[in-house]
Amino acid sequence: MSKREIKALRGPLPRHKEGDEVVYIDNDSAPRLIFSGEDILAEDLPIGTRVVYAKPPIEGLNNRGAAIRYAINHPLEADPLYAQLAPGMRVTIALDDISLPLPPMRTPDIRQTILEILLELLDANGVDDIHLLIANSLHRRMTEGEMKRMVGKKIFDAFFPDRYYNLDSEDADAFVHLGKTAQGEPVNISRRAVESDLTIYVNVTLVPMDGGHKSVAVGLCDYESVRVHHEPDTLLACDSMMDPPRSMLSTKIDRQGAIVDQHMKVFHIETALNNRMFANPTAFLGKNEDEFSEFDRMKYEALRFGLSKLPAGAKRKIFGAIPSEYELVACYAGKTEPVHARILAKLYDQYMVSIRGQSDIVIFPIPYVMPYSINSIMNPILVQVMGLGYFFHFYRGKPVLRKGGALILCHPCYDEFDPKFHPSYIEFFNRLLPETRDAHKLQHKYEEEFAKNPSYIEMYRRGNAYHGAHPFFMWYWGEPGRQYAGKVIVAGATNAHVPERLGWERAESLTLAIAMARGFVGPSASITLMKWPPIVMADVE
Amino acid sequence: MAAAAFYDLDGTLCRTNLVHAFAYNARNQQGLVRSVTRTLSTLVSIPGFLAADLFDRRLFNEIFFRRYKGESEDRLRYLAEELFDKVVKPSIYPGAYQLVEKSRQLGLRQVLVTGAIDFTAAPLVRHLGLDDMVTNHLEFVDGKATGRLLPPVMAAATKASWIRVYAEKEGLNLSECYSYSDSMSDLPMLSMVGHPTAVNPDFRLKNTARQHDWPILDLR
Repeated sequence: MSKREIKALRGPLPRHKEGDEVVYIDNDSAPRLIFSGEDILAEDLPIGTRVVYAKPPIEGLNNRGAAIRYAINHPLEADPLYAQLAPGMRVTIALDDISLPLPPMRTPDIRQTILEILLELLDANGVDDIHLLIANSLHRRMTEGEMKRMVGKKIFDAFFPDRYYNLDSEDADAFVHLGKTAQGEPVNISRRAVESDLTIYVNVTLVPMDGGHKSVAVGLCDYESVRVHHEPDTLLACDSMMDPPRSMLSTKIDRQGAIVDQHMKVFHIETALNNRMFANPTAFLGKNEDEFSEFDRMKYEALRFGLSKLPAGAKRKIFGAIPSEYELVACYAGKTEPVHARILAKLYDQYMVSIRGQSDIVIFPIPYVMPYSINSIMNPILVQVMGLGYFFHFYRGKPVLRKGGALILCHPCYDEFDPKFHPSYIEFFNRLLPETRDAHKLQHKYEEEFAKNPSYIEMYRRGNAYHGAHPFFMWYWGEPGRQYAGKVIVAGATNAHVPERLGWERAESLTLAIAMARGFVGPSASITLMKWPPIVMADVE
Repeated sequence: MAAAAFYDLDGTLCRTNLVHAFAYNARNQQGLVRSVTRTLSTLVSIPGFLAADLFDRRLFNEIFFRRYKGESEDRLRYLAEELFDKVVKPSIYPGAYQLVEKSRQLGLRQVLVTGAIDFTAAPLVRHLGLDDMVTNHLEFVDGKATGRLLPPVMAAATKASWIRVYAEKEGLNLSECYSYSDSMSDLPMLSMVGHPTAVNPDFRLKNTARQHDWPILDLR
């Protein structure tokens, strides 16, 4: 009798699954691979733990150039782009910055492909006053190398530096006040974009809170316009940020976007990518561990061994050198709202996994990269926002964690900062957090001091530093998760003081963290591991 | 409580330093022979100046300002405006204007704290619209420089002492003040305010700034 027949005689397999994406740990389940910064741990989880995997990547479009051309020639609620062009007109093409997608995609970046098509079309229609403007708002200026990688050598050589540059949100003369919303939110937008006959926004929408009006109204605005929604109360009123109709952040940005549309002619090009973050030889990282082949296990062991011999900086370099293999799955163009609605639907198709009920304990692996750590370090404030901000909000309906439950983050929590990219984060962490973790107090007492600190302003304008107010925004983004979770435990932290300063408890290992969490919520607590990356969001029934 | 921003000058707000100023004076001596001799002798002395500066800024000042001995006060003052227009002004870092402007918008008093001599620094203070300055002063006897500086000599810890006294006199809260310098010799001046910034720092200051988690700014 074969093994299969013997198994069949035993009755149904004890392994419990809800579709391909939701798996329950059983007594013979394989250990789960869990990202913890630049390391990948293999952890045996308690029986009954629910593991939520990302959906397999949606098949990419075979000819992305054709898809982009079709989109701009058949726009939604707008004239085709060629019909909007006239010789001698002034055009600004605004681009999402390096924070999207994550990790940066294999070249040619989707923005390069779109630009090549757009520039050819503009040239054919006699438009030569064209600026390429990176919509970095208060994010750091992209470096020359990053800018070149994003658009390709040919475009870079033709436009950089005079006609291809980063937004400088601290150059008051470079902004125009378009007005205020009925609720008093100011809308200050890049002068170049406002005074253009046409602004084309090239968008890479990685997650549902991006894209839409957030592109122009936030990407091309200044501190005064951002601070009205990047603040604790707005972010606490989001349920969740990834669900725009239930997000106060989206509501406020949409109000600002309406003012933008009254004053500017915007042609919006928005793209959705699939979640093919890993390809060979690391494709196994996106698989269910129970389905690993022997070769997958060997590759993991080789990777684990290699990583164990390297310092964190070298590991970051290695991971940073592996581009993602994202493919275009949708491209729409035209008026901002209908375009964004189509892209949102596609993103939900890719990311949303239905799960039944919340859990008492939820485990979030925190990987080596997040939007603000590209080519840099994942400092403690960024670890905080990744866990309590972004990942916490990766839901629709209800959070995966029940209110007051225990949240476990897996990360080494190094006390390490990048003085070039994150100078204000250093002062925020070392000077302010020892005094208070209260987001409102930080906002009222210190945000303006940091935002107007001349050193931070000049480091933002002349160097590659994030704006002085940026660490505050990151802290506010973590506020919903901070207030919601009853306890946050960081598993595998290499020191005690970083978790303590962030208001978390520390555990040597994930096993210990689970034991501590059970001590808090009860021994029969339900546990869920959200197995990212790649991105997965939960539709909680 | 009021606050101020204290700036070092040479290497911080502009590319030039004391030697540039002296070299300009040397080049513009009365008579070709005197100009050439002075210029050559300045060039030859540069390695010595660098070595002295590495060892101790006060020693550098002592050696360096000796070279002014015998210079006429009238002529030095006359050359100062020209020196500013031709040498100092073009060497001001573009970012310096923005830094001062943003700082002024915060309502900070703008103060130059420099080891340069008064008549060299004054045109720059006017040009940048700074509120106050403290500089070194050459000693003159019968209209001729003696090659000595009048005390207190502005360098290293003296700058910090001056800032402390100034803050007391003007009612400034030092923990809300800013200071900017490019040199390790200004560590005392940087250490005593709440918001120190290393600007275009030398290697030693860059390392120190990193150890203290101070912002490092490049205005060049």
